[in-house]
Amino acid sequence: MYTQKVIDHFMNPRNKGKPREYDAVGKVGNPICGDVMYIYIKVNGNRIENIGWETMGCAAAISTSSMITELARGKTLEEAEKITKKDIADALDGLPPIKMHCSNLAADGLKKAIENYRKKVEK
Amino acid sequence: MIYMDHSATTPVDKRVLDFMLPYFGEKYGNASSLHSLGQEAKKAIEEARVKVAKVIHADPSEIYFTSGGTESNNFAIKGVSFADKDKGKHIITTKIEHDCVLNTCKWLEKRGFEVTYLDVDKHGLIDIGDLESSLREDTILVSITHANNEIGTVQDMEEIGKTVKESNAYLHTDAVQSVTKLPVDVKKMRLDMLSISSHKIFGPKGVGCLHIRKGVKLDPLAHGGGHEGGLRSGTENVSGIVGFGEAMKIGEEERPKAMPRLQKLRDKIMDNVLKIDNTWLNGHPQKRLPINANFSFKFIEGESLVLLLDAKGIEASTGSACSSKSLKPSHVLLAIGLKPEEAHGSLRLTLGKDNTEKDADYLLEVLPEVVSELRKMSPFKKDYGEFE
Repeated sequence: MYTQKVIDHFMNPRNKGKPREYDAVGKVGNPICGDVMYIYIKVNGNRIENIGWETMGCAAAISTSSMITELARGKTLEEAEKITKKDIADALDGLPPIKMHCSNLAADGLKKAIENYRKKVEK
Repeated sequence: MIYMDHSATTPVDKRVLDFMLPYFGEKYGNASSLHSLGQEAKKAIEEARVKVAKVIHADPSEIYFTSGGTESNNFAIKGVSFADKDKGKHIITTKIEHDCVLNTCKWLEKRGFEVTYLDVDKHGLIDIGDLESSLREDTILVSITHANNEIGTVQDMEEIGKTVKESNAYLHTDAVQSVTKLPVDVKKMRLDMLSISSHKIFGPKGVGCLHIRKGVKLDPLAHGGGHEGGLRSGTENVSGIVGFGEAMKIGEEERPKAMPRLQKLRDKIMDNVLKIDNTWLNGHPQKRLPINANFSFKFIEGESLVLLLDAKGIEASTGSACSSKSLKPSHVLLAIGLKPEEAHGSLRLTLGKDNTEKDADYLLEVLPEVVSELRKMSPFKKDYGEFE
């Protein structure tokens, strides 16, 4: 059902946990649906210097959380917010169709974190 | 590998397999044939029928072989509904039935039948008073599972039998999970129909039976050459049926020794797993299948739990939505009052005769670690937080 890459990221998740220092967090999902993701970012200048996550969810939810940290780290905010659900799924060699919408929340989580960061900076 | 998912399926017992093997290549006759090869197959089927009937205290003529639990449940419910539709169009069942019962009932609702789905309490038991007051003059069938497949709760079938006997309705039970684990007696339970599946009791897949009490009239699902008393046409699955018969015989013979041992092992698992914080047992603390334990772990999701356990060599299952085709959490866990977020974090362990003390010890070493690992990743530690 899952690709080797999904299983790898699920079994050995990258950058898991809430980072000691972060500038903003994006909270997405809903416990009622079974998937919740918190994406934490630390921004330096205009670049994502560090990114971490906390996720309750299935293997797809955990592996996408792990994968987005690899895709987004070091990117500018403008580059990072362009990462799509499809980019993440492609980087994992695909997700089961049924999981594409419910568990593939990482891109939304990152967008929300960037949005929250900008709001914070504007203040 | 440690297999703790025996309510999903079981391996075929070596003795059962040996018993079946001649019926593939040597004794391959069609039981309807007049020649000796055919008659040999016919004789084998009748011997299996005797073995199956004996376990549930029925007459062999009351056993109708089918392809398994789903077909038997469909056959019982649709069969009575079509045969008795002039007597009434009301059916009673429960909210915690297997999908093959619920979806059959929903299908009948679209065809003019009315179905009452009884509530269950927090342990998964129906209320006999509820059943009593739901019975009507036009109730033709009551279908209630003996032991629930997810949470293992065992209904008081004798009480249910007594109650239903006071009415005009027939009583059917799905005994797929309980046969060879608990005593099952169609007379004491006053059953009109009972479903059994072979692959849940160390027999082959694709075979089972429906017991139909003498005098109960059903319409067949499959029409054809008149096999199984005209109620289930189609050339008999001879190897499967003989394997099923042997599995029933062995299962029932071994039950008095096997079940107390497995129950002790299950109790040890239950006592120790419940020491993990924010964890509870689903189902009835006592009135449950001796092989079943079902837990909810807060703040984690069941599919991840099952996959991490699998990576450590333990096979189990979950009522989480993420593991289902429908993406909805288990209707059974919701019916006993769990919130969806609590239903997602469930784990079902179902033991079988191959499980040992060592298996339980290994599970008890690994499970708390896996739960803790997932909780470390989870954003929730003490509560589910607030969501917009």
